[in-house]
Amino acid sequence: MTQLALVIDLNVCVGCHACVTNCKEWNTSGPAGPMVDQNPYDKNPTGTFFNRVQTFEVGEFPNTETVHFPKSCLHCEDPPCVPVCPTGASYKRKEDGIVLVDYDKCIGCKYCSWACPYGAREFDEAQKIMKKCTLCVDRIYDKSMTEEERRPACVRACPTSARLFGDIHDPESEVSRAIREAGGYPLMPEWGTSPANHYLPRRKIKLRIRHDEIERADNPLKIDGLLPKPDKAEPALDDVTSW
Amino acid sequence: MPAVEEIKKTTCYMCACRCGIRVHLRDGEVRYIDGNPDHPLNKGVICAKGSSGIMKQYSPARLTKPLRRKADAERGAGQFEPISWEEAFSTLAERLGRIRATDPKKFALFTGRDQMQALTGLFARQFGTPNYAAHGGFCSVNMAAGMIYTIGGSFWEFGGPDLDRAKLFVMIGTAEDHHSNPLKMAIAKFKRDGGRFVSINPVRTGYSAIADEWVPIRPGTDGALLLAFLHEIIAKGLYDRDFLVRYTNAGQLVNADEKSDEFGMFLRTEVPEEEACYDPQDKLWWDRNTNTSVVTHKPGADPFLLGKFDLHGVPVKPSFQLLKERVAQYSPEWAEGVTGVPADTIRRLAYEMGVTARDQRIELPIAWTDSWGNEHDTVTGNPVAFHAMRGLAAHSNGFQTIRALGILMSLLGTIDRPGGFRHKAPFPRPIPPCARPPNHPQAVQPNRPLDGMALGWPADPDDLFVDENGGPVRLDKGFSWEYPLSVHGLMHNAITNAWRGDPYRIDTLLIFMANMAWNSTMNTVEVRKMLNDKDEQGEYKIPFIVVADAFQSEMTAFADLILPDTTYLERHDVMSILDRPISEFDGPVDSVRIPVVPPTGECKPFQEVLIELGSRLKLPAFVTKEGQRKYRDYPDFIVNYETEPGSGIGFLSGWRGKGGEKHLRGEPNPAQWEMYAKNDCVFHYELPKSYQYMRNWNKGYLEWSQRNRITRYAEPILIHLYSEVLQKFRTAAQGKGYTRKPPAHLAKRVETYFDPLPFYYDTLEGQATDKHKYPLAAITQRPMAMYHSWDSQNAWLRQIHAHNLLYVNTHTARVNGIEDGDWIWVESQWGKVKCMAKHSEAVEPGTVWTWNAIGKAAGAWNLAPDANESQLGFLLNHLISEELPTSDQGGDRRVSNSDPITGQAAWFDVRVRISKVSDGDTPPEAQRTEPQFEPLKPYPGQAQRKSVWNFFAGAKK
Amino acid sequence: MKPAFSVIFLTTLIGAGQGLFLALFTAESYAAFGLLSPQPTSFYALGSACALLFLAGGLVASFFHLGRPERAWRAAAQWRTSWLSREVIVLPAFMGTVFLYGAAHGLGVNPALARLPSGAPINLTAVLGAAGTLLAFALYVCTGMVYACLRFLREWHTPLTVINYILLGGASGFAFAALFSAWALPGLTRFYAGWALAIAFIAMVGRVAALVRNARLKPKSTLQSALGIKHPRIVQKAQGAMGGSFNTREFFHGQPDALLSMVKWFFLAFAFIVPMALLSVATVSEAPAPSLTAAFIIQFAGLLAERWFFFAQASHPQNLYYQSVA
Ligand SMILES: Nc1nc2c(c(=O)[nH]1)N[C@H]1C(S)=C(S)[C@@H](COP(=O)(O)OP(=O)(O)OC[C@H]3O[C@@H](n4cnc5c(=O)[nH]c(N)nc54)[C@H](O)[C@@H]3O)O[C@H]1N2
Ligand SMILES: Nc1nc2c(c(=O)[nH]1)N[C@H]1C(S)=C(S)[C@@H](COP(=O)(O)OP(=O)(O)OC[C@H]3O[C@@H](n4cnc5c(=O)[nH]c(N)nc54)[C@H](O)[C@@H]3O)O[C@H]1N2
Ligand code: SF4
Ligand code: SF4
Ligand code: SF4
Ligand code: SF4
Ligand code: SF4
Ligand SMILES: [Mo]
Repeated sequence: MTQLALVIDLNVCVGCHACVTNCKEWNTSGPAGPMVDQNPYDKNPTGTFFNRVQTFEVGEFPNTETVHFPKSCLHCEDPPCVPVCPTGASYKRKEDGIVLVDYDKCIGCKYCSWACPYGAREFDEAQKIMKKCTLCVDRIYDKSMTEEERRPACVRACPTSARLFGDIHDPESEVSRAIREAGGYPLMPEWGTSPANHYLPRRKIKLRIRHDEIERADNPLKIDGLLPKPDKAEPALDDVTSW
Repeated sequence: MPAVEEIKKTTCYMCACRCGIRVHLRDGEVRYIDGNPDHPLNKGVICAKGSSGIMKQYSPARLTKPLRRKADAERGAGQFEPISWEEAFSTLAERLGRIRATDPKKFALFTGRDQMQALTGLFARQFGTPNYAAHGGFCSVNMAAGMIYTIGGSFWEFGGPDLDRAKLFVMIGTAEDHHSNPLKMAIAKFKRDGGRFVSINPVRTGYSAIADEWVPIRPGTDGALLLAFLHEIIAKGLYDRDFLVRYTNAGQLVNADEKSDEFGMFLRTEVPEEEACYDPQDKLWWDRNTNTSVVTHKPGADPFLLGKFDLHGVPVKPSFQLLKERVAQYSPEWAEGVTGVPADTIRRLAYEMGVTARDQRIELPIAWTDSWGNEHDTVTGNPVAFHAMRGLAAHSNGFQTIRALGILMSLLGTIDRPGGFRHKAPFPRPIPPCARPPNHPQAVQPNRPLDGMALGWPADPDDLFVDENGGPVRLDKGFSWEYPLSVHGLMHNAITNAWRGDPYRIDTLLIFMANMAWNSTMNTVEVRKMLNDKDEQGEYKIPFIVVADAFQSEMTAFADLILPDTTYLERHDVMSILDRPISEFDGPVDSVRIPVVPPTGECKPFQEVLIELGSRLKLPAFVTKEGQRKYRDYPDFIVNYETEPGSGIGFLSGWRGKGGEKHLRGEPNPAQWEMYAKNDCVFHYELPKSYQYMRNWNKGYLEWSQRNRITRYAEPILIHLYSEVLQKFRTAAQGKGYTRKPPAHLAKRVETYFDPLPFYYDTLEGQATDKHKYPLAAITQRPMAMYHSWDSQNAWLRQIHAHNLLYVNTHTARVNGIEDGDWIWVESQWGKVKCMAKHSEAVEPGTVWTWNAIGKAAGAWNLAPDANESQLGFLLNHLISEELPTSDQGGDRRVSNSDPITGQAAWFDVRVRISKVSDGDTPPEAQRTEPQFEPLKPYPGQAQRKSVWNFFAGAKK
Repeated sequence: MKPAFSVIFLTTLIGAGQGLFLALFTAESYAAFGLLSPQPTSFYALGSACALLFLAGGLVASFFHLGRPERAWRAAAQWRTSWLSREVIVLPAFMGTVFLYGAAHGLGVNPALARLPSGAPINLTAVLGAAGTLLAFALYVCTGMVYACLRFLREWHTPLTVINYILLGGASGFAFAALFSAWALPGLTRFYAGWALAIAFIAMVGRVAALVRNARLKPKSTLQSALGIKHPRIVQKAQGAMGGSFNTREFFHGQPDALLSMVKWFFLAFAFIVPMALLSVATVSEAPAPSLTAAFIIQFAGLLAERWFFFAQASHPQNLYYQSVA
């Protein structure tokens, strides 16, 4: 069975928000749209987005890590948001594991958002229905697009390719390999929701330079060093020995 | 009816990176903008800003009509009435015509973050005014000058790190960069390939966040760190000797006779000097094999890099010896005290660089020939790459710091080699590049074009643009003794100087695409007053201000005449190699914009405005011999304009020649635009592999570049470890030699800072500050999702950055009794602001910082007067002075708060103290930042602000 | 969580309605077994009408919670998995039953439908009452389970949630019954006041038990598990939306801790202590109506506060991602 998902590489995400606005841009004029913006030019502008990037500081100066953390719906394999929905508007597709909202059925009770531990759903205050990341289901199967385009908008936009997309149930897929090789992990595993999206942790590259590597026999200083060439007039053994 | 969807390609301008984009339209409305996968720059990716282009296109901040200040309204009050373009043009043509016929320098044209300096520069020169500059001087001119005067190329838009092949990458003082998307792509790939990434920065955000090691440093002290690296690298012999010998002036002999007028100059052979602007190969080495002096690069010779020699009685030393002596004092322990970086870390990093460069050498099977005719089977490289930007540049000691960086990169042997620094066409260029600024006041004449380029590269004091008394000719005092190498001008002083009438009064100030009443000015509160200030007769001290902008910026409020520009989606544009290039390492690139939607309202591309004005004013480049208008419009100009009749060089280098069969040079091609349109709006010339590296000394490349008129000469460009150019200024300041001499009050300054070898000095503001009173350095960083001031109108981006806070190291804050979220005062010697503090562990304890240009004046950008940007956001610029007192120069003389060599604006030098706002000062209604300004109101022609927006492209209205 | 007034009124009003119905049928059952003298049918009819009013009030309130009330009917679709859907089905079923029960009494249509082996008749109202009782409990369970089933809202995820919905609803329903009888059938006042007192007491025990339990809860999710980063010190610096978002509005009560604790003491006093005292007074008083009126009103106010607190106290793990604006 297929389970499509995003794998987000925290090792390279620079927190640029490209995935945030490109997602908004793609979706607001698509099936999920319009996605409202309230107070767009007033105090406290706010709107519906499917994807947000947050920033955390880990540790204390000077051993601080700044972590940029993108988050959208994780398309849980056992999504708690689905069974609670009274209307069936929230559902998980059998064929590819995408969790979707049927905007025509949703009554806007917000109950599914309460049931999502990740805060991945956003209520559209204008249309009064629940919305969330669709994994760009309207792109990835669109045969009128080229193969390169048949990927989620956020994935295509991401300048650091920190966002990988694929089938985590296919062990040979790029995402499965990334999870395996880079230690990909799910969020809040304690709830057994089995999020399909995974995160790849920071990895550190260190250089170890051994002391004896620093200076070498062919050290250029020796060439120019004018290594002490004693004056011919200086005393030498030649002057004092008689063997 | 089904919606009509179409895709058009053009070039992004949500920032100056210039990515290729595809604009998807639905029933003519912008539906989606994505990266163009076929574009060499961004290869399909796009950033947060680029993805929000829709919200810029349909923003209510847009200006849609030419506007004139109401006769009875004060400047700055933002009261305008619409006029016709004809009225605007005739007003301008009449006024400018009068100025040009009398004293052209009374017209000043300054442009900000634009990408059409080729055209604006041409217009200014044709007009005949010396008072032209773009953003470079307040941006990063130290980077350009510091490196170009050292290696003939530089970071910024002229070269960059080859992360494809580097193993170690050291990034210094960079938050976002111009090359934003490509740099992000490259860093990510570099990390995936297992490269090690070190970031040197007082703050850890963005790129630094994903660095393998963060090296927090005190602002303004990188010079000390780099010099300590040099100290260690030389002490341990970790430099690439072969590279230094062949490709730098390390072995060239310098006169060490302090008593001589020639002290500090290279010794030369008697070869008569040709009148040309390159660095002739007439210098001497001390050959190890023969133990005598020889002409450099003599076959079979190998110079001593160290030592002291006697040349017919003249004591001489190789440059490298002088460098070694210079850095001897800069030990890691010394640098620790200055920078805050532990000496052990400094040593370790120096060894990492040196050992990686030496032991991980790259060898590519690419044959090439050097300038001396030696054939090489391979191109080799030492895989240590650096990148640096404004963290180095925007300090008043930045030039020398950047020289130190250029020298470090050269010692490691990483210039234009794989895995190191790589040039981008048209660089490398001679040191310094050929264009010289005019050097006498007579260059400015009524009704005549300026005699020379307004901006150029002085090679010695005789190239300065000064009058008989050594006083400045330019309004901004560029190329004067105060800032001799101000190769990009000093736009940040233009308004203050014009207001004070020092050096003189002007009549008309035309500002294009710069927000000089806000974020690109220092001392904002006072500068806003100057814009509005009147003399005793009740006349404005700056009589007429014209602003060409697309949006209701803070600057527009001070205009007498506003010219509404189009957006990037509405106009033709070229990203010319004559301007800031977008070239790749492997060859020149230029690109165009082609309108994808019609202009909004009465907006007119500023390009068209210039061509119209140029034609009306009969500037020679824009009219025929008979005085008739020469170009129908801007696209026509682009196709047909040649730098000189028949030169075959125009703004665009692709598809030239009658049928588009030629590149770089060739006759005008009437179908050039169509050909760009068919080719993703971009032209990319890929050099043969053998021309892609070692270009300073690559015979094939240099000759190719000469053939294509990219350079005038094909002489090798040796790296200046030791800068004789700087020494010439110093010599003049010491009263020696035959060139012009500085006025007495500036002699000491020039002598001090024009050191031919890099040295460390505290920033000018640091020197003028009691650091016990102002213990903290205050800096800004660019947010990746916001471009300077112009994205606060963007409904999506402003949700990400609605306001800014001051980030303070948690410990520092607590010591000052400041908790997270507290309201605080931030005070410098020059001003104070009120804002909110935010604790952070990702900032060096002696530094506070905030995001750049998020704070706005109330009502500007058509935001509600109570919007977060103005009520919670603040502008750090209020704390930064555009001038510094110079007590040592007598009286109340003031100099620009800039690098004394280049005039680079010293944004990041300001020192502050912070204190908690006492509770009594903050009743709930006072929970807003200060200073505040009278709210602006929308102008005629601006769209109503929506309070709820359900944007859906192509929705039937 | 951010307490929504629609839901506060929904749950408190229908809780009281259900309790009132249970009180009515308790009296009828007592009477059937001869433990009480039979009551006039008008008492049941009027009482049912009151219960319906409460229920209808709750129903109306619930519509305010829906973004798209015109589609409310769709909410019945997922009874297999969704407690909310079940609640949506059971509530009208219960209301219908209450209506029929009241109507049967009001119209005096009460035929014996069957006989027990003992020969005692099983009347229509007894059948409707029993069905209503079952549905009332089912509805309590549904309502409670709507919250109790959300396992990461750990303050709610306990049997105590369901038990307390039953007890609190029951207490207010019986308190109202006492007040109602003081006005309509004084003979039953003491009976109901006694019940109400007892239920209020048990409810208090249940609610305090829940408070004690919740006070001891250790969050299962932490910033560490939310981000997958193992470091003791993680601080959020930006949440990606400075003007706020759905996530900052829906899941935070936005009140200082002090207010929360004030509300807690308020509801302990108003939902339990004061009404219990007033009910005790009523059981001995000659003119219990004033104290019963006060008891019900005060208790209802207490229950509104309790429900506000119930929502506010629940800390949603998503809040881990939303701790700092800039
Ligand atoms: N404190 C502090 N100050 C700084 C800096 C810093 O780091 N710290 N950085 C400095 C640097 S490096 C720079 S480059 C400057 C930048 O400063 P500016 O060059 O002033 O840049 P912007 O604020 O973006 O303003 C440019 C203007 O261009 C307008 N504009 C946008 N698009 C168009 C268009 O298509 N046509 C026209 N005609 N106008 C348009 C905008 O509305 C805006 O008014 O700021 C400098 N100021
Ligand atoms: N998104 C976005 N992109 C932009 C722009 C924008 O406004 N928004 N502006 C464009 C422009 S005009 C420019 S000039 C470029 C600038 O590109 P950058 O130079 O990358 O921009 P800044 O944010 O000014 O970077 C300054 C960095 O230097 C650090 N720094 C400050 N002082 C010191 C110091 O003394 N030593 C060291 N080592 N570091 C220091 C700061 O912490 C910060 O990280 O970006 C361009 N790209
Ligand atoms: S992340 Fe939340 S909304 Fe998405 S599937 Fe999981 S529980 Fe549902
Ligand atoms: S808000 Fe919509 S999707 Fe969510 S539970 Fe209610 S009906 Fe289902
Ligand atoms: S997959 Fe599509 S909908 Fe989901 S976050 Fe990415 S762009 Fe948005
Ligand atoms: S686009 Fe990529 S790098 Fe940028 S914030 Fe999103 S995931 Fe991170
Ligand atoms: S970096 Fe972003 S804003 Fe700048 S040109 Fe590229 S896509 Fe446009
Ligand atoms: Mo800049």
